[in-house]
Amino acid sequence: MAKKEDKVVLSTLWSAGCGSHGGCGCEIYVKDGRVTRVEGNRNHPFNLGRLCPKGLAIPQYMYHPDRVTHPLKRVGKRGEGKWQQITWDEAYDTIEKKFKDIRDKHGAESVIFCQGTGRDIGGPITFLMYAYGSPNWVQVGLAGHSCYTPRLGAMFATQGAYCVLDASQFLEKRYGSPEWTPPKYIIIWGQNPAAGCHDGFYGHWIIDCMKRGSRLIVIDPRATWFTSRAEVHLQNRPGTDGAIAMGMLNVIINEGIYDKEFVSKWCYGFDELKKRVQEYPPEKVAQITGVPQELIIKAARLFARNKPSAIQWGEPVDAMPQGTVVAQAINHLWAITGNIDNPGGNVIARNSHGVTTYPFTSAELTNLYGAELVKKLNEKRIGANDYSMVKNFRGWVQPDILLEQMETGKPYPVRAAWIQTSNIIGGQAADARRHYNAMKKLDFVVCVDLFQNPTTMALADIFLPAVSICEKESFRSWWQPLGVTVKAVDAVGECKSDWDINLEMAKRLATNPIKYQNTRELIDDRLKDGNTNFEKLKAKGCWEFPPEGHPTRPYYRYEKGLLRGDGKPGFDTPTGKVELYSKRYEEWGLDPLPYYEEPKESPVSSPELFKKYPLILTTGRRSPVFFHSEHRMIPWLRELDPDPIVEINDKTAAELDVSNGEWVYIENQRGRVKFKARVTPTARPGVVTAPHGWWLPETDGREPNLFSTWDHNINNLTSMGNQGKSGFGGTNYRSSLCRITKIKD
Amino acid sequence: MPRNGLLIHYEWCTGCHACEVACKQEHNFSGGMCGVRVDEVVTVGPDKVHVDFIPLVTRFCDLCAERVKGGETTACVKHCQAMCLTYGPVTDLAKTMEKTPRSLIFAPR
Ligand code: SF4
Ligand code: SF4
Ligand code: SF4
Repeated sequence: MAKKEDKVVLSTLWSAGCGSHGGCGCEIYVKDGRVTRVEGNRNHPFNLGRLCPKGLAIPQYMYHPDRVTHPLKRVGKRGEGKWQQITWDEAYDTIEKKFKDIRDKHGAESVIFCQGTGRDIGGPITFLMYAYGSPNWVQVGLAGHSCYTPRLGAMFATQGAYCVLDASQFLEKRYGSPEWTPPKYIIIWGQNPAAGCHDGFYGHWIIDCMKRGSRLIVIDPRATWFTSRAEVHLQNRPGTDGAIAMGMLNVIINEGIYDKEFVSKWCYGFDELKKRVQEYPPEKVAQITGVPQELIIKAARLFARNKPSAIQWGEPVDAMPQGTVVAQAINHLWAITGNIDNPGGNVIARNSHGVTTYPFTSAELTNLYGAELVKKLNEKRIGANDYSMVKNFRGWVQPDILLEQMETGKPYPVRAAWIQTSNIIGGQAADARRHYNAMKKLDFVVCVDLFQNPTTMALADIFLPAVSICEKESFRSWWQPLGVTVKAVDAVGECKSDWDINLEMAKRLATNPIKYQNTRELIDDRLKDGNTNFEKLKAKGCWEFPPEGHPTRPYYRYEKGLLRGDGKPGFDTPTGKVELYSKRYEEWGLDPLPYYEEPKESPVSSPELFKKYPLILTTGRRSPVFFHSEHRMIPWLRELDPDPIVEINDKTAAELDVSNGEWVYIENQRGRVKFKARVTPTARPGVVTAPHGWWLPETDGREPNLFSTWDHNINNLTSMGNQGKSGFGGTNYRSSLCRITKIKD
Repeated sequence: MPRNGLLIHYEWCTGCHACEVACKQEHNFSGGMCGVRVDEVVTVGPDKVHVDFIPLVTRFCDLCAERVKGGETTACVKHCQAMCLTYGPVTDLAKTMEKTPRSLIFAPR
């Protein structure tokens, strides 16, 4: 190395810093106790030396002057921005007293435990919540919990396991592994993989596969780098992805180009599915989606006739009307073509070594915390009694029901919130204003975060400063390899790691004694399932794949009896097969077969509203330099994407008399925000796309401005209460209506 | 000393911006200064709209002079997520270029 650093620490990224869903192996360069650079680790099989911009900007994130580095208590009114620095002891004492009072008077369930995006936070937050005795774990405002949970739930119901596109990520030798082969066709379904590591999948693996021969079919309302290189681009009307899936199933089944052997041996309910898809002939699907029927047929044929092929899908699938149904239909596409757990197909993804870091299912929660506790707490879990799938699949609260409950106090009032690294009001919450009003009424709010943001400013009574990824120890098993995060430097200021904070708080609040002295003991205890520990993994360079023959290694595990509890071949479903007709959905009171549902607000279902708001609004367009609402204060990143940008098709813009670079209002019945217009032929005519999570940290954080969140947060225009029949999915993040007018000053 | 440069196989460039931030981190650049800038090029063809990205090397690129002394490659080459950048003597890069359609060589120094 040319530069004279004192040391280089190898670690794994998965937390605040780069922020995202993680997995990258990194080298952290340290000089005089400070991180000088963060680079990719070439010996890490996940990223092979690369890093995304957010990882490369970590030093600027860590040492940013706005970072909150001491515990704070609010001294003025909520939103006034008056804070006083306090000690950790005072902060902990205050929280302990408040939380115990609330538990005594109103029950532990009246405190909600709120996290943001899926990173290592899922571990510590559930740990603290169960220690305290509340069942209410939630991403507040994430309508229908529409971020991966609907897809996970659909896969769990259908095949008893999760699948991801096989880009060789489960094998140490990666692309050089003899047993791996690239997918012949990759369907990219509603995602811009280049923007990061969505759902723990390093997006540029798609490019790696393309270089090795994979060809693309892309389903996306926008033209992108990927659609430019795709053999087929289905540029559908937003919200209609379910129809595309049904149409493709129709073609594959009616033309008999499915994998007959796999279907007869390993699938249940094919005839029922066959009957159902007759309702979706390609010409009808073309009409619904606006995609020419020959393209739908072509996509279906290319996918079915070229094995192995695989599907890479994104969050829009969750957000579709009845997201769990759309996900089910897409799951059927890879199932009936036999692309399950085969090299280059949709490989079964399990937590490496069977270690749980972030509990995905109720089963994992039960393993960690005991069946009795989980069952008992479930009785009070918000939304669990309204939705069998919410109750049985995963330990979340149902967020749309939560909002109503916060507003009405029924069936019981929510009194307090522990909000950990989650910018609810400025980020994920649909109908941000409604959430603001509802949460403002809470008796007591703790925020654990790294920076002030619209949520902490508006709500926090106590602010606890958390560390970034380079300042903490943690572990990761989503999906593979098993890895550890190594602390490279001491915490900035008095910040503490989420794990440490929650363990220390849990010791004060627990009803049963906590058996861990420190975080390391807890991590080692959880790593026991993988027959290893923190130091061993650290010594290996931070990562390890499970041994040969381990059930968390591919391929063809359904043939080998590695998927079911009883050790028999088959899938871990009621019938032991991939259920094209889902017994679990049936048991949960849902239609066992997939179908299409039109968005609630669309030219088709609300023509009157469409006259007033004649554009389709789709939100959540990803930027490669930001993660959700984070990173707007990081100069190296913000320079690359300085303004909230709405993309408008050039012809549409001409009709609206809007030119490139002009500021416009985006408006609907719920609100109005200001965005800068990007006029481009890449947008579908009549469809506008906006990124979420925009606030301006450089502006006044105090009310009423709250870092300009009311001006630029697109979620002032989305709404709650559109959840699917399962309780998951089905929001309008991706399909609602709006109008655009230019701002005349 | 051979003259060094960067081969940019922009057919694969996804516009992910990693090269830019890698460069800023390496040089601790501030105020928008950077050795490379990635531009988006949208063209409308007869059958589809094309989106391409082209990294352009700026006057601030020093080919990571400090860094390469120790035998390491440049920060942008190491971190390019599409692995579409190569650093080396321009004569070698030119040979590679014969086999890489849609590519550019920059020889900033
Ligand atoms: S790809 Fe993901 S894990 Fe890797 S540096 Fe970027 S945000 Fe972090
Ligand atoms: S070679 Fe070095 S200085 Fe030049 S653009 Fe790349 S990172 Fe920047
Ligand atoms: S890092 Fe590579 S792929 Fe990303 S913008 Fe730069 S040149 Fe393009």
